[in-house]
Amino acid sequence: MKKPRFTWRRKDLLGIEELSADEILHILDTAAAFKQVGERHIKKVPSLRGKTLVNLFIEPSTRTRTSFELAAKRLSADVVNITATASSLVKGETLKDTARNLEALRTDIIVIRHSAAGAPHFLAQRVKASIVNAGDGAHEHPTQALLDAFTIREKKGAIAGLNITILGDILYSRVARSNIWLLTKLGARVTLAGPSTLVPRVFEQLGCRVTYDLDEAIRDADVINLLRIQHERQRKTMFPSIGEYTAMFGLNKERFARTKPDALIMHPGPINRGVEIDSDIADCGRSVILEQVTNGLAVRMAVLYLCVGGQSA
Amino acid sequence: MKPLLIENGHLLDPANNLDEVRDLLLADGRIAAGPAPADAEVFDARGKYVVPGLIDMHVHLREPGRADKESIATGTLCAARGGFTSVVCMPNTSPVADNPGTIAYIKQRAAEVGCVNVFPTGAITRELKGEELAPIGSLQRAGVVAITDDGHCVQNNDLMRRAVEYAKMFDLPVMDHCQDYNLSADGVMNEGYWSVVLGLRGWPAIAEDIIVARNILIAEVTGGHVHCLHLSSARSVALVREAKKRGVHLTAEACPHHFTLTDEACKTYDANFKMSPPLRTDRDRAALLEGLADGTIDCIASDHAPHCNYEKEVEFDIAPFGIIGLETELALSLALVHNKVLSLRQLIEKFTLNPARLLRLNKGTLSVGADADVTVIDLEREWTYDVTQSASKSRNSPFHGWKLKGKAVATIVGGKMVWKE
Repeated sequence: MKKPRFTWRRKDLLGIEELSADEILHILDTAAAFKQVGERHIKKVPSLRGKTLVNLFIEPSTRTRTSFELAAKRLSADVVNITATASSLVKGETLKDTARNLEALRTDIIVIRHSAAGAPHFLAQRVKASIVNAGDGAHEHPTQALLDAFTIREKKGAIAGLNITILGDILYSRVARSNIWLLTKLGARVTLAGPSTLVPRVFEQLGCRVTYDLDEAIRDADVINLLRIQHERQRKTMFPSIGEYTAMFGLNKERFARTKPDALIMHPGPINRGVEIDSDIADCGRSVILEQVTNGLAVRMAVLYLCVGGQSA
Repeated sequence: MKPLLIENGHLLDPANNLDEVRDLLLADGRIAAGPAPADAEVFDARGKYVVPGLIDMHVHLREPGRADKESIATGTLCAARGGFTSVVCMPNTSPVADNPGTIAYIKQRAAEVGCVNVFPTGAITRELKGEELAPIGSLQRAGVVAITDDGHCVQNNDLMRRAVEYAKMFDLPVMDHCQDYNLSADGVMNEGYWSVVLGLRGWPAIAEDIIVARNILIAEVTGGHVHCLHLSSARSVALVREAKKRGVHLTAEACPHHFTLTDEACKTYDANFKMSPPLRTDRDRAALLEGLADGTIDCIASDHAPHCNYEKEVEFDIAPFGIIGLETELALSLALVHNKVLSLRQLIEKFTLNPARLLRLNKGTLSVGADADVTVIDLEREWTYDVTQSASKSRNSPFHGWKLKGKAVATIVGGKMVWKE
């Protein structure tokens, strides 16, 4: 493993906003080492042996929960999954009490997915365990941004200087926010595009460019990151219909033909084929959607390792 | 009760244009004239200001119905400690104060256990549902000083028009919590830069502004009196200012949290910064200060809104709106005097003369014969607010640990010292 630039000191990973560029690069470098572990015949290392990790998923998720579970298991941690329907929260227990019970069981890491922004911060202020944010409302999804950056770096060498376009529902997207913080910290030029009701100009204050002209947004892009339309967070009045969204902002073959020949197509999943992305484009050679998933595992191993085991390693 | 002589204090009574060091005699529950009788008790107010008892025209006492959050006894004790001799309580109790029986209950409990004057308000609509008018005339007979659906806002413009028109017959102000529900939707903080950064749903200023504009038109058309509760946005202030210039019978209040804090405070996700209307931007804050200074905003009120710890110490999204404020209100407002935004006289008007006038209360003055409600203030006193020592049953204050300057040191209601430091 590369010699770290500094000693990692964080117990929690709550978001990208508070990380420095060096911290981000340190996670990505650590993830590169763990990716090699994943390619071996025996995919398991003992780094977190004897540690207990709870996946506290108050909002449904398959991809992220599975990824964290596998990451923890490959680090030899003991893993317990708690999902919303099985938890005491549906019986009226507060998040604080749930967390204190997990603490009483001597849990070392709580990976939390919650529909309320700030829920991981709420926990981090109240329990000793490491808190890893696996997505909080429309706020942040730090490991998604890290795996996106890992994938871009792998394909393009570096992030600084790239034109990266994030397309779709930005307002309700935690993936967009974490990506914006990360990519701007590492020196990319970030463009946001989508319906004006879902991409308000106030995002310019985060250091991005906002445009409502899709062709202009994708023309010079080195990376196009497509976001799902989040029906569950949206109010009906945000745009007329899914059909109109596809007509105005869907990445179809005609538009795809006008992108740079080496532009990467990314998507955090789950994809809605034929809505935000043409089905063939999702499967084409420039699509790195499944590589994102593979890299997610390595990135999450790195995050768990650094937050729990990394300090003493 | 023995007469009380307040000696050597600096009397400041805007109603009588009084601003000088002078003794004040209280006897038989009234402000008295002439020499103090030999048996009078003496309170030395040297170096302190002696002002008409402060009035907070917007508090939630939670009784009946939610005595776990607050009661008339604890809420009025908070008021006394904060320097308030009168409070106006909101009707969103359980049952709702939309009937004479509940008003009678509140008045009776206030007489039994309240240590300051309690003036109830009644609901505009039955059960605060915004569907049919409450029995406004009967509510007034039972003793309400205004009607309001506070916490809720009548969305139906025709119903609001009729409410103001009808209340005018009884000379009752209609106090409105200005919020268009379609525009505020499920917002939990101000819509803007910070809501975008924090990923919290926005409650935009326009949701308030549009109802303020509506209320101006309704007050104008009906000739009735509408009071806009807790203004929070710059455009609302501008709308009220313009309406007042045209002579519309409209009044407005502001809360200390709105002119002290901004939406950036939400970044810790601490629900003690969650209120409705929400904390807004620095530009809005500046506009509130301007509105206070030029008289656009008539009064300062706390919107004292107690909630239990277990209700507030949750995810920001699901926490109830509101904070307690009676104990910090005066000091946070005196900061405006220390910072030269307002003169002390202007500030005292907003706590005495102005609320008394707009609610038609025979209060807010030190005239001989008036009720002996008096507050003694030490303008320079530095202190730290410790919410764990609050008289309230609740602890939901964002000002815990704040260093403050200026404090009520004695609160006198009807000639009786109800609280003294």
